Amino acid sequence: MPADAKSALQAKFPLVTDRASLDHPAVNVPPADVAAVLHYLRDEFAFDMLVDLTAIDWAEGAAPRFTVVYHLFSTTRHDYVRVATLCTGTDAEPHAPSVVSLWPGANWHERECFDMFGIKFDGHPDLRRILMWDGYPHHPLRKEFPLAGIEAPLPDAEIAEETKATLIAAPMAGGPFVAVSGEINLTEAEPRAKDESWNEHREKPE
Amino acid sequence: MATEFAFPDSAAKIAGAKPEFEPEKMSLSMGPSHPSTHGVLRLQMELDGEVLTKCDPVVGYLHRGDEKIAENMTYNQFVPYTDRLDYIAPLANNMAYAIAVEKLAKLEVPPRCQAIRVLTAELARLSSHLLGLGAFGIDVGAWTVFMYTFTEREKLYKLFEELTGARFTTSYSRIGGLQRDIPDGWLERVSAFCDQFLPILEESMALLTRNKIFMDRTVGIGVISKEDALAYGLTGPNLRGSGVGLDLRKDRPYSGYEQYEFDVPVGTTGDCYDRYLVRGEEMRQSVRIIRQVIAKFPGGPWYATDAKKIFAPPKEKILTSMEELIQNFMLVTEGPQMPAGEVYFEAENPKGILGFYVVSKGGGVPWRLKIRAPSFCNLSILPKLCVGAMVSDVVAILGSLDFVMGECDR
Repeated sequence: MPADAKSALQAKFPLVTDRASLDHPAVNVPPADVAAVLHYLRDEFAFDMLVDLTAIDWAEGAAPRFTVVYHLFSTTRHDYVRVATLCTGTDAEPHAPSVVSLWPGANWHERECFDMFGIKFDGHPDLRRILMWDGYPHHPLRKEFPLAGIEAPLPDAEIAEETKATLIAAPMAGGPFVAVSGEINLTEAEPRAKDESWNEHREKPE
Repeated sequence: MATEFAFPDSAAKIAGAKPEFEPEKMSLSMGPSHPSTHGVLRLQMELDGEVLTKCDPVVGYLHRGDEKIAENMTYNQFVPYTDRLDYIAPLANNMAYAIAVEKLAKLEVPPRCQAIRVLTAELARLSSHLLGLGAFGIDVGAWTVFMYTFTEREKLYKLFEELTGARFTTSYSRIGGLQRDIPDGWLERVSAFCDQFLPILEESMALLTRNKIFMDRTVGIGVISKEDALAYGLTGPNLRGSGVGLDLRKDRPYSGYEQYEFDVPVGTTGDCYDRYLVRGEEMRQSVRIIRQVIAKFPGGPWYATDAKKIFAPPKEKILTSMEELIQNFMLVTEGPQMPAGEVYFEAENPKGILGFYVVSKGGGVPWRLKIRAPSFCNLSILPKLCVGAMVSDVVAILGSLDFVMGECDR
């Protein structure tokens, strides 16, 4: 990112602030300005590739809970910039603006974010689930979603009707082992199974 | 007496006639289990005759929730999961992941470790492109090439097995180092492999490059323009086939790539044939890099010796010294300790640019790990690329894009 880019950006969009980063230049942008800022970066500073678009869930209680992060790359200067924005709307239905009109490649990334976090991208031409199937009731990358999964209906209604089967949480057989870090004694720090599953020997946790 | 005969007005008859068949579009579902979809991709196509009018790829059949899994385990525990992203080139994934986390820890690995990583990543590139070439051949009806390339891959697997103990899922990198140093005489065997590999590569590519049937199926088919390739975030040989010379090994060198000389091949038209040629040339360049790595192979330690809270101490020290034992225990139980912050690192993998976005709140477990999978982005252009193509062209297009669903679906 050219040295003057950040100041030029902040002169044009006064609400843009610096974002802490360990590597590439990064900015925080209010949701209303995202599309304009990305457009400006693409056309004025030759960030011609949207290499990645993703979201972070800061867990229940954080306000706002979701951040959408864009990584842009310049194929002429070979550098990156990270643009982050906080989602508007409620925790159950967060909103962010769509950038499909700037980069058609954002289409699948935004569908993935919607699928995994439930973020609604306003202006997206075809916001469907992409990795999970249509009609799946949960958003798996939200922090409250357990690793083992949650019981859910089968994707195919006909088969569900016929077999009376549902998708059950995966039996995790003790794993994965997750340790607690911090000022605790070694006995307590020993890795523990973060097991949220159930099987024939063990009752389903509520 | 002459009778008047009225000639039928054919033009009016035709204009007023109802067509016997309503021209209707057919929908065809290809996959998820189809030999040309290289795994479990499904294409929902709408056909007018034999021409596609719409194409909707359905992905996610191989979704395992790798990003969710990463949030629930320590950084080192996730290494085996990176094998299963692009499972054709696990060594390259291992390396990209390790460098991403090392960037977070602000850790430099010694030159020997970097050289071994470059060497393994280039061998993985050979392995991946050999499969891509062979499978592309099969897709368009040339069986023989597959036999040649798979024989070579078998030799590569022997080398991988000797190095890592596994043929397929190598899990070779660790944060701050490697699983182990290279075995005795291994470099000579890699060198011998390269010597015999190049003539065989020429031989197998000679079966395709000027092959009339192959050219008819690929030249001018599936043309991706420069602008489209960039707009859809295509990377790797698919982007370079369209004439954009972006290669992160050259443009943002990592792991010591700046010391090696190699060329970045680019295509001119961006069709299936160009992507094939780019992959072929990349293999020759990989061999060039491998030879340079072996020629100036550095000595010294093969892991970061100053990374006490990140890389496990040597086994004999763990068994004899109390301090190292505790260190190892803390490392296994709590994971390598990372500062809070976020990093994004991309590596030039065989399929394209593989990126890891790591968000840490400190401690041994990432808060969020996003995997930017090249195959996912490369496939997102299909709805645009396939419209107007024939059904048989779709097979050639899929073959030339050379994707892996394990990575696309994560």
